[in-house]
Amino acid sequence: MSEFWLHPALILGLGGLLLPLVPARLQRAYLLLVPLLTFGRALSLAQGTFGMVDFLGWTLVFGRVDTLSALFGYIMSLMAVIGTLYGAHVREKAQHLASWLYVAGALGVIYAGDFLTLFVFWELMAFSSVFLIWFRRRPQSLAAGFRYLLVHVVGGLALLAGIILHGGANGGGLAFDAFDVASMTPAAWLVLTGFLLNAAVPPLHAWLPDAYGEGTFNGSVFLCAFTTKTAVYALVRGFPGLDLLVPLGVVMSLYGVVYAVLENDARRLLAYHIISQVGYMVAGVGIGTEMALNGACAHAFAHILYKALLFMGAGAVLHMTGQSKFTALGGLYRKMPLTFWLTLVGGLSISAFPLTSGFVSKSMVVAGAFESHLLWAGFLLNLASVGTFLHTGLKVPYFIWFGERHASDETWNRAADPPWNMRVAMMVAAALCFFIGCYTPYLYNMLPFPVTYHPYSAYHLSETLQLLLATGLGFALLIEKLKPEAKIALDLDWVYRKAAPVFARLARGPIQGLDTWVGELYRNSGLAGLVTSARHIGRFDHRVIDGAVDGLAAAVRACGGRLRALQRGQVQESLLLAFALAVAVALGFLLLRGVLR
Amino acid sequence: MRPDRLRNFLRDPRHRLSRWAVVVLLGLVVADVVPGWVDKEHAHTAWERLPGFWTVFGLIGCILIVLLSKGYGHAGILTREDYYDDE
Repeated sequence: MSEFWLHPALILGLGGLLLPLVPARLQRAYLLLVPLLTFGRALSLAQGTFGMVDFLGWTLVFGRVDTLSALFGYIMSLMAVIGTLYGAHVREKAQHLASWLYVAGALGVIYAGDFLTLFVFWELMAFSSVFLIWFRRRPQSLAAGFRYLLVHVVGGLALLAGIILHGGANGGGLAFDAFDVASMTPAAWLVLTGFLLNAAVPPLHAWLPDAYGEGTFNGSVFLCAFTTKTAVYALVRGFPGLDLLVPLGVVMSLYGVVYAVLENDARRLLAYHIISQVGYMVAGVGIGTEMALNGACAHAFAHILYKALLFMGAGAVLHMTGQSKFTALGGLYRKMPLTFWLTLVGGLSISAFPLTSGFVSKSMVVAGAFESHLLWAGFLLNLASVGTFLHTGLKVPYFIWFGERHASDETWNRAADPPWNMRVAMMVAAALCFFIGCYTPYLYNMLPFPVTYHPYSAYHLSETLQLLLATGLGFALLIEKLKPEAKIALDLDWVYRKAAPVFARLARGPIQGLDTWVGELYRNSGLAGLVTSARHIGRFDHRVIDGAVDGLAAAVRACGGRLRALQRGQVQESLLLAFALAVAVALGFLLLRGVLR
Repeated sequence: MRPDRLRNFLRDPRHRLSRWAVVVLLGLVVADVVPGWVDKEHAHTAWERLPGFWTVFGLIGCILIVLLSKGYGHAGILTREDYYDDE
């Protein structure tokens, strides 16, 4: 047991548990104070290994602080400040408690040095974040939350199975270090499956838009930041250079783009673009060079901020108007201009516009792909960038704030820029997006490897601007085609939303019918036969055995009665009778012998 | 879109932003042609050395993404909004 080490997650966790005791008039101040203390603690952490606890023969490591965990701890605790500020006017304390426990889980994973600690915090994330969906309190939210939870339980089980196998193969050692990606063991595959599910890598991705589209207006701001990026951290730590991750990441980046074309719900569209953006990070981990790993980390850092900004913008629209579908919005610029401009900053950042955060982070992954001569990956990731700008930079702002007004009068009248705390949170995130994009040493000096990359070369500027402006032109030309349709796009959650009920119906119908038939058969032949034979045995028992016993008893009694009549007490009579009986037996014996001869 | 329709589109005052985008884009392509203006040392393939390569890539990519995705959607993936309501 080492000396006490104050875990940043502990501040959030304890702060959350004390929240119900905080008087209402101090609640807002308290809501700001606790995440700020957490952020301060994350900043003050010295590098090294702390918080080691001996537990049943294992050493749990709660505090492994190195450049990698420090980077993710920094951005996640900073995001806790921004996210809490954004929802600070929400009175319900349980919502804040759920989001803080969720961040605490994420921070626990980031600083965990062994797999057991990682697993416990991993599950804490799933079980606390589901409340951010349930608190929306629609019937759909309840169902979506359960689906989210069940999927994550399955992923957690894969992770746990992998951890147990890994520990068994390692003689009980559970340190969380890089796996040997050249020779993957079954344990490593299982752990990888758990990580990939949380990173929303297709085909294990459908939980993400399902859940994030259904979260509360501020809950989704937390959701979009932590689960997938914790998984990216875990992949960087555990599987750097695993080749399979390159195609998976590239597929992800394009998959999200395709579904974003079809999506009518702004928050679900943004959720699909999480999948797309995490694809860059997963591909970066797979490429595995210092440049690409730096890119994956830098992009995760930048992504948390701009994606939260986008979800805050869409969340502000949802919070103020009650709508998140493009077909129920449109033309809101006159009512919510500030929200438009701030969301646009998020849209430009995710599209990697020069001077924004995406420009300095995303390009590291793409450049990493080209440098490793994975040309197809580089070109396809650039193609995904086109799709990103097309949807997040153009489609989302255009069809919410411009375009035809589809909003009902009620929606229109409710629309306005959101309360001050939401505006400030968005401004902070927007300012950071620009700051990261303009002052590159801020982010680059925090990365795990030394950075030699210079994003602001004439070629990179020309390449990016050509791509983005050509996309803008394409958008203008195809705007009729891009008009949102009031439809939903089926994704792989169909498998457990439709196929599972079909299976359940199958179970209720044919399978249960078969079960009933077998039961009937058993009752008619097996059970009935058994009953019949039991009845016969009973009758045999009653008639034959009982009869024999009873008959014997009756005979003995009758004989006894007769004998009693004979027995009058005289010894000589008794002796005579005995003698006569003996003679009769002897005679009978002799007679029988003579006959048998 | 035919060239005359494109010209009418860009002349429409509602498409001022698109007009500026086209002007800047043409400027970038011209800058791409002038030797030494855009340092192509960072280019990784021969294709990227073609002037305006990324403009063409972006435009074709954008059109492909929209058309292929919509085609995919209308091949049966897009369905009514209450599809899952009878869960």
